[in-house]
Amino acid sequence: MSVLVYTENWDGLFKKQSFELVSYASAVAGMMNTKVTALSIGKVDAEELGKLGNWGAEKIINAVSDELTVFDSQAYTGIIADIARAEGSKVIIFSNNISGKALAPRLSVRLKAGIGAGVSKLPLSIEPFTVYKRTYSGNAFAHLVINSDVKILTLAQNSFDLTEKPTGAVPETINVSIDSSPVRTVVTDRVQQTGKILLTDAEIVVSGGRGMKSPDNWGPLVELASLLNAATACSRPVSDEGWRPHEEHTGQTGKMIAPNLYIAVGISGATQHLAGVSSSKYIVAINNDKDAPIFEAAQYGIVGDALKILPKLVDAVKGLKK
Amino acid sequence: MKILVCISNVPDTTTKIKFADGNTSIDTAGIQWVINPWDELSLTRALELKDDQANGVKSVTVAHVGPASSEPTIRKALAIGADDAIRINASASDAYYTAFQLAEVIRKEGFDMIICGIESSDFNGSAVGGMVAEFLGIPSVSSVSGIRFEGGSPLLTREIDGGRETVKVTAPFVAIVQKGIAKEPRIASMRGIMTARTKPVKVYEPVAADSLTTVAGFEKPAPRAACRYIDPENPAQLIDLLQNEAKVI
Repeated sequence: MSVLVYTENWDGLFKKQSFELVSYASAVAGMMNTKVTALSIGKVDAEELGKLGNWGAEKIINAVSDELTVFDSQAYTGIIADIARAEGSKVIIFSNNISGKALAPRLSVRLKAGIGAGVSKLPLSIEPFTVYKRTYSGNAFAHLVINSDVKILTLAQNSFDLTEKPTGAVPETINVSIDSSPVRTVVTDRVQQTGKILLTDAEIVVSGGRGMKSPDNWGPLVELASLLNAATACSRPVSDEGWRPHEEHTGQTGKMIAPNLYIAVGISGATQHLAGVSSSKYIVAINNDKDAPIFEAAQYGIVGDALKILPKLVDAVKGLKK
Repeated sequence: MKILVCISNVPDTTTKIKFADGNTSIDTAGIQWVINPWDELSLTRALELKDDQANGVKSVTVAHVGPASSEPTIRKALAIGADDAIRINASASDAYYTAFQLAEVIRKEGFDMIICGIESSDFNGSAVGGMVAEFLGIPSVSSVSGIRFEGGSPLLTREIDGGRETVKVTAPFVAIVQKGIAKEPRIASMRGIMTARTKPVKVYEPVAADSLTTVAGFEKPAPRAACRYIDPENPAQLIDLLQNEAKVI
């Protein structure tokens, strides 16, 4: 028996969310009196792998295969299923991110394991296995009972604190065969942003809406974001107008994010927008309409002209840095 | 090429969610049901692909797992432009059960491209598309933000962390789509609404399948503390509070 956690790597490196995931897996394993095995697919060096042991992974497996050069959900599922069976894993944990959403459903069918998707807390109980999950785009939370022998959870990002628990586990690298699930995905082109904080990784996000009035007014917003080490985002009308790139659109049909701090500038806070940002730990609203719904979701608010307030915020943050 | 779009019906996004039966179910009284936003965009893109005859799309079918009461959602999809529809006469009790039913029908009817939205806005499970592919043993491509044809075969754009890839897979396959797939959902025309009435809806009875999960209860999100307002003449106070009270910067 074990808890298996799939720790994705990005060109051989982990992120903070990888360690949060291991911390979470370790806490679940504690509730079940069992141990955590961490699995990463694709070459990661021993030093990087060893970091997973700082957060409670008692066994660290790096599965590598020469045939795996692109992300193929069938081939990856095959590897994870084989290792889950070999480890006797009863709970398998993914991040609720791009790869977690691609792999968890396939693995669910292969292992006949029910999924709790987007959980944001430890299980409410182990017997029956009950998890707390977001539903109705954040307007309700369900107590979901998973009745199958094996369970799969995907953890909402930024929902569990890092908990240090060094194990000294020594990573093992294994060569895997993907004969049973051959790669059928061909990647013909790839575009990658570099040197920018990714919206889904950012701990602070500064986001602009129609209240910014024109794409020419984004200067101070971008400056504030850069001073705070934050990513920039926008509301749907702004991306639809082409004022900002589509990658920045946060909201129900855009990106779902859960940073520690979300600063909404000139965003009224339509239900669809809030659905994408309501899991943020703190929301700051800056809007000239005191009745805007964003103030209901915010802990801190300033009613006023965003374009006048932004430069003052920039100055205040510069003051901090001195 | 035959395209299938899987559609779910969900409460309109602005619905105020209320619970019933001792918080174990959703009170459906007064709920306005709509096609799940991602599924509506999927259907729109499928129809756009069919409009360009060079792509060789023969038909666009929609499939839905739900009781007869969800028929208006299906008719709406037909009014928007789907050629025909399949309804599996069962309540979609969980993702595993729903995907099992869809896979069974897809096996019987045969489709080349199956499009599913990334998630339904009610259960937020992000599971059915990948499960259908696995039940059928066919490839799935997730986080798809674009589908186009080149030389008669589909090319998919998928989002990756901080970028995107162009991907080719052999048909049949499942595309699990998200933001970007189509700009705006297509609106039903008057003619579309008229013809939708006579378009065929094939009803299948469900096959025996398990549900792996059950909802024991619902709760409302914890209420947020009331907003604390800061003097617009002194925004520096906000930075001070974020640093010393919230401790987030």
